Order: sequence, then C-alpha cells, then structure tokens
Amino acid sequence: MSERIGAVPATYMGEGSGPRAWLLTTDHKRVAWLYLVALTVFFFLGGAMAVLIRVELATPAGDLVSDDAYDRLFSIHGIIMVWFFLVPSIPATLGNFLLPLMIGARDLAFPRLNLASWYVFIFGSGFTLYSVIAGGVDTGWTFYTPFSTMFSNSYVSAAAFGVFIVGFSTIMTGINFIVTVHKLRAPGLTWFRLPIFVWTMYATALVMVLATPVLAASLILIVLERVFGIGVFDPGLGGDPLLFQHLFWFYSHPAVYIMILPGMGVVSEILPCFSRRPLFGYTAVALSSMAIAIFGFLVWGHHMFVSGQSAYAGLVFSFLSYCVAIPSAIKVFNWSLTLRKGEITFETSMLYALGFLGLFTFGGLAGLFLAALAVDVHVHDTYFVVAHFHYIMVGGMVTAFMAGIHFWWPKITGRMYSETWGRIAAIVTFLGFNLTFFPQYVLGFLGMPRRYHAYPPEFAFWHILSSAGAVVLALGYLMPLFYLGWSLFRGPRAPDNPWRATGLEWKTTSPPPPHNFDETPVVDGPPYRYPLAEDGA
Amino acid sequence: MSFGIPFAPEQASSLAPGVDHLFYALLAFTFALGIFLSALVIGYSVKYRAGSPADRSGERSRSAPLEIAWTTATLVVAFAIFAWGAVLFMGREHPPADAIEIAGLGKQWMWQFRHPGGQREIDELHVPVGRAVVVSLASQDVIHSFFVPAFRVKQDAVPGRTTHVWFTATEPGRFHLFCAEYCGTEHSGMVGWVVAMQPEDYAAWLERQGSGDTLAQQGEKLFRALGCSGCHENSTAVRAPDLHGVYGRPVALANSQTVMADERYLRDSILQPAREVAAGYEPVMPSFDGLVDEGELQMLLSYLKSLSPKEASP
Ligand code: HEC
Ligand SMILES: [Cu+2]
Ligand SMILES: [Cu+2]
Repeated sequence: MSERIGAVPATYMGEGSGPRAWLLTTDHKRVAWLYLVALTVFFFLGGAMAVLIRVELATPAGDLVSDDAYDRLFSIHGIIMVWFFLVPSIPATLGNFLLPLMIGARDLAFPRLNLASWYVFIFGSGFTLYSVIAGGVDTGWTFYTPFSTMFSNSYVSAAAFGVFIVGFSTIMTGINFIVTVHKLRAPGLTWFRLPIFVWTMYATALVMVLATPVLAASLILIVLERVFGIGVFDPGLGGDPLLFQHLFWFYSHPAVYIMILPGMGVVSEILPCFSRRPLFGYTAVALSSMAIAIFGFLVWGHHMFVSGQSAYAGLVFSFLSYCVAIPSAIKVFNWSLTLRKGEITFETSMLYALGFLGLFTFGGLAGLFLAALAVDVHVHDTYFVVAHFHYIMVGGMVTAFMAGIHFWWPKITGRMYSETWGRIAAIVTFLGFNLTFFPQYVLGFLGMPRRYHAYPPEFAFWHILSSAGAVVLALGYLMPLFYLGWSLFRGPRAPDNPWRATGLEWKTTSPPPPHNFDETPVVDGPPYRYPLAEDGA
Repeated sequence: MSFGIPFAPEQASSLAPGVDHLFYALLAFTFALGIFLSALVIGYSVKYRAGSPADRSGERSRSAPLEIAWTTATLVVAFAIFAWGAVLFMGREHPPADAIEIAGLGKQWMWQFRHPGGQREIDELHVPVGRAVVVSLASQDVIHSFFVPAFRVKQDAVPGRTTHVWFTATEPGRFHLFCAEYCGTEHSGMVGWVVAMQPEDYAAWLERQGSGDTLAQQGEKLFRALGCSGCHENSTAVRAPDLHGVYGRPVALANSQTVMADERYLRDSILQPAREVAAGYEPVMPSFDGLVDEGELQMLLSYLKSLSPKEASP
C-alpha cells in the first residue's frame, strides 16, 4: 500500500456524483448507503413515535392523544422498527458494504438484484407509510386475527401489503448473501477462516429466505379474509384465529434471530480488535450461530402458552426454548473470555460492544422467566415482555448497529469522528436505555398489561422513570447524527486501518476503490490473528 | 412496598405463592449469573486495560472439563426450571371437582360474568375466598384475555371456542382485572375488579342480586324457545338423540370415529351440526350459527351440562 501515499486514490465515493450516479448504482457500497439513509429516516421516525408513546404514558390518564391515536402510534412504531429498521438494519447496511470486502470479492453475487432489493424496500415501506397518512393502522405489529381481519376499521390491508412487499426485498438480500458467501470467497478463505460477521450474515440470510415466505403467506391470507371475506382465521367464517398466531410466530420467532444474529457478528469483530486477542472459541461461536438459526424455527409456540393452545404443546415449546438458550449462553461466555489477557482499550465502538454484551445478557436472562410456563402465564402480554424484547432488539441489536457503524465508519467514509463525543454518546445511550427499560420489567411483574393507553395510578412511579429514561435515550441516539454528520464532511482523513484490525476489509484503502481490491487478496490463516506484529509488546 | 413504591404484586390466590417462589428463584439465579458475568467483563476490562501491569503470559488455554462442567451445569439448571414451571402450569388443567363454574364473556370492551345461580355482572366478578372458581371464557368478537395479576392467572378468551381458567382466592379484597390481549380502541378500558369475599358475604351478595333463574334454567328456557326441545325431547316427527347424560361421555359419530362430548363438541353441535353427526341419526339439525350469541350459547351449554351428573365432567 505504500506506493499509494501521495497519490489520491480513486474511491467508490468519488465515482460520479449526483442522484443518477447514486440511485442507479450497482456498487454494493453505494447500495449500502442508500439503505443507510432510508433506515436512518425510519429509525428516527419510529423513535419519534416511541417518544410520543412514552410522553403519553408519563401520566396514568390517557390525556395526550386519543385512544385510537395511541393504538396507531404503537402499531406503526412496531411495524417500522421491526420491518423497516431492525430486519434490514445490519445486513442491508454494514452487511452490504462489508460482506464482499470481508471475503475479498469485488461485489455481491448479484449486484443488480441488490439494487432492486432497495427499490422494492422503498416501494413496500412507502406503501405502508401511505396507510399511515391515509388514517393509520391499529392492529399492532402482530396483526392478530380476527381483530385485524374482521374488526379493525383502519388501513390494515395497505399496511400488511407494504410489509408483504418489503418481505421480497429481505428474500432478495438473503439469496444474494448466501450465493456470495458460497461462491465469491477469496482464494484460501475456507469456511473456518471466515470472520464471525460473515458467518452470522450467512445464518441470517438462511433464516430470511426460509422464514419470510411464511410471513408473506399469512399477510396475504389476512388481506384475502379482510377484502374478500374468505374464511381463514375468523371463526364466524369457519376459520381458526389461532392458526394465524401459529403462522405469524413461525416467522416472527426466527425473525428475532434475523434481528440479533448480525449484532452478534458485529461484536465478534470488535471485541477481539480492542482486546488485541483472537476471538475466544471461534468454532463454537461460528457453529452456535447456525444452531440458533436452525433451532429458532422450533420454538414459536412459546408466544402462545395462554392462547388456548394445548397445554402439552406448551410443555414441548417451553422445553425447546430452554434448549435454544444454550447457544446464546455459549456466545456470551466466549465474548467475555475474549477479553482475558488482552490489551484492552475503550474506543467508542468497544464501549458500544461492551454495552451490547451487558444489555443482551440481561435481555436473554429475562427470556428464562418467559420460557418458564407458570411464570409466563403471569407476565405474558405485560411490560415484562416489552422490556425483554427491547433489551434484545434495542439494547442488543441497535447497540451493535451503533458499534458497527462507529467501527467501520472510517472505512466507509474515509473520515474519523470525535472519540470524545462518541464515548459520551455510547455512555448516555447505555444509561438512558437502562433507565427506560429496566422499570418495565418491574411494571410487568406488577401486572401492567402492554398496549394500554391509560393505566391505574399505582403503576405511575415506574412509568415516569421509564419516560424520563426515554428522553435520555433519545439524546444518546441523536448525538451521533450530529458528530457523524460533521465527520462525513469535515472529519480528519482516516488511515486505511485506524484500529489495527485484522480482516480483509482493512487491507484496502479507506474508503475502498470501486472494485474493492486492486489485487484479489489471498488468505493464508485464521481470522483474528491478534496481536499484530506491529503491536509491539 | 417501600416508600409507597410497588415492587411486587399482591398475592391473593392459592397459585400466587407457588408462582412467586419460582419467580424469585429465577431472579436469584439470573442475578447471580448476571453479576458473575458483569464482574468477569468489568474485572477483565480493568485488569487487562492497555498498559496495565497484569500478567498476560501463557496461552489462554481452553479447559475441556471446565467447559463441559459449565455447560452441563447450565443445562441442568435450565431443565430444572423448565420442570418446575411445567409442574405448576399443568395444575391449570385440573380444577378441583367442587369448583364453582362461572361463565365469563369478553366483548369489545367489557367483561360479563354469570354465576351458576343466574346472577349477572359487568366488569366485576364476585368470588368467595377459599373456594375454587372456574371461569369458562368465551368471546363475542375478537381475542381478549382474562388477567388477574394478584391471582397470577391469565387466559385468552378466543372467539369460536371455550377456554378455562381457575383459581382459589385466599384474601378478601378488590383486585384488578385486565384484558391483556390487545382488542381495539378501548382495550385499556376493558378493565374491572375481582371482588373476593368471605363465603358468607358472597352468599349474602348472591342473595342480594335477586334469585331469578339459574344459568341452567335460563338455558332450558332458551332450549324451548329456540325449538331444540321440539326435536330432542321425544319428538315423533324427527329422531334426534336424547341429550341427557351426553356431556362428558364419548359419542360415536356417523363417520365411525368417537369423540368426547366436551364443551367444544356441544358448541360445535349447535353451531356446525353437520361437522360431527352422531351415529344413527340423520343430519337434519339446523345450524344455530348467527341465531344465538355467545352469551346465549353459554346458557345452553350450562343447561346441557346440567343434564349430566356432576362427576361426569371431563
Ligand atoms: C330439526 C331437529 C333439531 C333441532 C331443532 C335441534 N336439533 Fe340437535 N340434533 C338433531 C339431530 C337429528 C341430531 C343428531 C345428528 C347430528 O349429530 O347432527 C342432533 C344432535 C345434537 C347434539 C349432539 C348430540 C349427540 O348425542 O351427539 C346436540 C348437543 C344438539 N343436537 C343440541 C341441540 C340444541 C342445543 C338445539 C337448539 C339450539 C338443537 N340441538 C336443535 C336435531 C335437531
Ligand atoms: Cu419467540
Ligand atoms: Cu379485550
């Protein structure tokens, strides 16, 4: 690389500007940017709704918005955050950008399909947003029948159809990733030399391809019953309302792993880098990703213990749920042990990664309560569940997303950002998160049901804490918008490998040239060969 | 309670202490594990921070026996928790034989309860302390969920089927009743109270509600008004089965299967009679779907069940 010093290298960012060059690009790095912009908009849109919800819940009476408005708020908050942010989040942005770089490829296997997936995503999510402007949807993100098919007066069909369309973009991304990992690995890059991030992208892509069609089917059945009165779920028409729950959770439990595996991949890159030590238990971590992806398909019934499903089915689903906990526990242990005997530094992305470790663990441990049948009977559909999945989805996935954005920002943009502001934001986010969501565990145990617009005054204390936390959390998420935005245009130039990290993505320039590598790299050893020779002592 | 801040829900049913024991055991276990892991991560972060004098020599070797021991230990604990939760959970399936059966009906957005004596109440449920109560739940429209935090019970009320939840109140008092399954606009208004009373107060309360017809008697009146009796009670024109003693017994069907005549069977016999036809009879019974609402259905079921001796209930 030394010969480049002095000359200004061609980067993917400099390759033509103007809307045409970006909107018709097939460069995976630019498509990643298209997604990043769209997802950032959705994240803050969904976040703004969450803030409104928390402000409403700061007092027991339902006094800020009407109950119908409240129902629309939490419904669209969930729909946006799950399908238009969390599911695509890391795969479509960091995954898109890094997967080819990490395996030494010039692009994804199907670059046009990649761009097409973005347009499908925009079209589908736009369709759903239209339903919001038209009057909103009030079914919650779960679309439970027969409420969604026969009773709701809101724009359910439009919203469901939008989500259905976005599903295709998920499937396209999934197929693209699977083929890319199979076909485009650099010479010498065997499966067990792949960075864990690639493993988790692969596992995620498998789940995307296998689970999303089931969601598509159930959403179409909703539209059929709603629009044409074809009896599938409504008992009045001879249907079965629980059938929908089975279909929905058959998708949505695996979808939880679509939403967390990529985060696990990100921290598996960051922890070794800032500990200057190899990932502990590489094979166990790689294989447990696959185990999670497969066993995740067998536990959907744990969402239905009190739904009227047979008690014996409940027993089986509870048992299997404890089995799925094992691979996650293995990972947490290996991440923790990665720090051992390290030379640990605490850059922004490391702080986020450590935050992930804590929040994911405390979310996962709450899962042990929910899988315990008799306890679930009490806490099901209460704030305990709300707290649990926000710990995993927001504390886990969003924190990992922030970790990843900060870690690869110099590579993506070729600029550095302020470490001081970064660290402050990471700490504010961590504190704000716990203040927002820990009280919700207590609320759930006390019996506060979810999706309540107004509530009895004895719950007020914990709700006020939670609402206060939401303000801090919002601040934590807004800060990066500013200092990263500043860095994008004004930040100091980044070196090729600012964190002295292993991994092929760091072997090319920052930002990378349009074709990623001037010469196809050759891999001759395992990943995470920390400490590097130049680390010294 | 401390400083008026609630940390735990009241315990007011026979189930509550058992569920809470498991909950607190889980809390102890998860906190121990969580604190251990936090201490590990924080401890390493401090000890091995860059530039610290800590000894880093030697490989970070893996110890197979340690890993196997640790994994088995987690597995054993996980399965123990599973078994504990499962045993408590299966208790839900078997209400005591002498339980009072109350019909509960959810509809957007209220709860309606009818006592065996025919007393009806809205958004309030009076129950005696020390006596098991089974609430048989139905829904008129969408899915609702009967949730009494102080009792640690919850059960969805699903349209098109009957579900059950039972409890024995142990403390007199007023306890929140919530609808826990999101059901539309006034979901958060679908709340009420369970009032647990000493048995003699409960008896007096029932008395005060007036002694009209029992639920079964109301069902019997419907049975005549709807014309069921015309076929089912020694009719000459139509041959229809005698419904005495049907509930709780196996029934032979025309398709040579045998099914248990439980609530689901009775409900389907009334709403979709063509689906399961009793052996030896013509499928002439008309469907009453749309002619009887969920509340009336509960009365009919109560009447049909009263035609079977009590111990026959499945
Ligand atoms: C037109 C005559 C007719 C009327 C009216 C009628 N039934 Fe029936 N019912 C039958 C016949 C015939 C059968 C047996 C064939 C079958 O299972 O469909 C039957 C079966 C049943 C069974 C199943 C009994 C068993 O032994 O399996 C039940 C329960 C029942 N009826 C309840 C009712 C109720 C409640 C009503 C009023 C709401 C009613 N029926 C009205 C003719 C009638
Ligand atoms: Cu699940
Ligand atoms: Cu309800």
